[in-house]
Amino acid sequence: MVMPDVSWAVLLPTLLITGTGFAVLMADLAVTGPEKDGLGWIGLIGLAVAAIASVALWNTAETSFAATIVLDRYAVFFNVLFCIAAGLTLLMSMDYLGTIDLHSGEYYALILLATAGMFLMAAANDLIVLFLGLETMSVAAYVLAGIWRPDLRSSEAAMKYFLLGAFATGFLLFGIALLYGAFQTTALGPIARELGASGGLQRVLAGGGMALLLVGFAFKIAAVPFHAWAPDVYEGSPTTVTAFMAVGVKAAAFAGFVRVFMHTFAAFAVEWSAVLAVMAVATMTLGNLAALRQNNIKRLLAYSSIAHAGYLLVGMVAGTPAAGAAVLYYLLAYTLMNTGAFAVVIALGRRGEPNESLDDFDGVGMRYPLLGFCMTVFMLSLAGIPTLAGFTGKFYLFSAAVQQGYVWLAIIGILNSVVSMYYYGGVLMRMFMADGGKDVQGTAHRPYLAATIAASAFGTVFLGIFPSWAYELAHAAFLSLR
Amino acid sequence: MVPVTYYIALSVILFVIGAVGFLIRRNLIVMFMSIELMLNAANLAFVAFSRQQLAMDGQVIVFFVMTVAAAEVAVGLAIIIALFRHRETLNADEIRILRW
Repeated sequence: MVMPDVSWAVLLPTLLITGTGFAVLMADLAVTGPEKDGLGWIGLIGLAVAAIASVALWNTAETSFAATIVLDRYAVFFNVLFCIAAGLTLLMSMDYLGTIDLHSGEYYALILLATAGMFLMAAANDLIVLFLGLETMSVAAYVLAGIWRPDLRSSEAAMKYFLLGAFATGFLLFGIALLYGAFQTTALGPIARELGASGGLQRVLAGGGMALLLVGFAFKIAAVPFHAWAPDVYEGSPTTVTAFMAVGVKAAAFAGFVRVFMHTFAAFAVEWSAVLAVMAVATMTLGNLAALRQNNIKRLLAYSSIAHAGYLLVGMVAGTPAAGAAVLYYLLAYTLMNTGAFAVVIALGRRGEPNESLDDFDGVGMRYPLLGFCMTVFMLSLAGIPTLAGFTGKFYLFSAAVQQGYVWLAIIGILNSVVSMYYYGGVLMRMFMADGGKDVQGTAHRPYLAATIAASAFGTVFLGIFPSWAYELAHAAFLSLR
Repeated sequence: MVPVTYYIALSVILFVIGAVGFLIRRNLIVMFMSIELMLNAANLAFVAFSRQQLAMDGQVIVFFVMTVAAAEVAVGLAIIIALFRHRETLNADEIRILRW
């Protein structure tokens, strides 16, 4: 029996996060009540260390565990992105959990363990590792969705998320089984090499496997027609968890999706990109049109997040390295602006009054100018107004599509951005033009929440004004796929 | 020896039964069982392909899948119980505070 060579450096970021998660669980035994919110600091330190370790391994490009796990620049890029998403989530949770009387150490541990699953997804070089990473992340996310047990909506959201998530997992797994039948392996490298030359029964199995994988991923990124769960789950979950699902979980699903389809299945790009193009149009359009009719801010942001998955799919359809880099850049921009928007939603709520209706935004911008300013940044960035990160990201995505001849797709994308302007602008109109409304808590006595909003707003503006360095990093990350 | 295609055909049939069952049944526990059927259909396919190729990987993968399925069962049943304490129902159509 030959032992495979093991390079622990490849697994280091994942191990750090997992270790931090367990450290939080242990420390949880020593503290009680509101003190438990201090556990978030352990998580933040762990995330910072993992991010630094990942960046230090930028030039590694090594595989380990019989080439099932790879730490290339692509994985490093996503690791840092996940650390940002999880870090912002932990930061605002330290203020939010008190308002729903949920002082729980498990919450912080689960966020960290879900992040460990995301790390594995980004670093997976084998379909089974991808599956395990996805499940590590998803099972933690199911629990997080339902962690506010006294609230019926939270339990209901967890139920829906769990059932549809597990359903999607079934498709994903059966797809992996068919690919295993076709290629006698689940490793991405050999599949990529043999896919182009496949024929006969092998080709049938491979095609079926790819189709099922596509369905599984489409569920996870909430692309139409597999999006129906998202608004309900986003509305019912505790808001910090919603933010984490909307940015972290979605980015992780894209990390796996992009690696497997844009790289491993590149030989079948003509076939799957045709399907994805249709899906992109449906996702953008339906997401934006449905968002117009929403009166609950969390549902509105849920449909907006569906629409953003559509924009990202446009980049995947284009398929060039420039398009891949655009997808990565857009995910980073989206993480900052969307987390910020959810943080503002939290700022409006107070104990017993979640204030999630659009009516509750009336006049808030005038009474809390700083909060209003930050929300303006997030909404305009999500809508794609120049000098903000969201605009730059859309510019990269759509120009990559145009270069590949998908002019019609870019035009539909731009038209959709115009539609989205209407409902994002609607929120701002209410904040600055409408009178009356409720007295909200704002960020008074909630320093962590204020820090989250400020950091997200700064990041959104900074990435928008200086996009090239991040784009270069995204480009280098995408090119490291091999 | 039974040809491998028979096993694959059976596994596809099981998978379809699971998927259709999930979509048409309304009892949460039965929907959950349908998902388990889908996972086990995949397991059967893994084992069959593994036997056909005289390789061990497929058999080992099944252990991973079983472990993951066990974790899902633990979390899923807990969620079902948490919901049942609120609503005293297992009918998916009655669980609609949030618009499904």
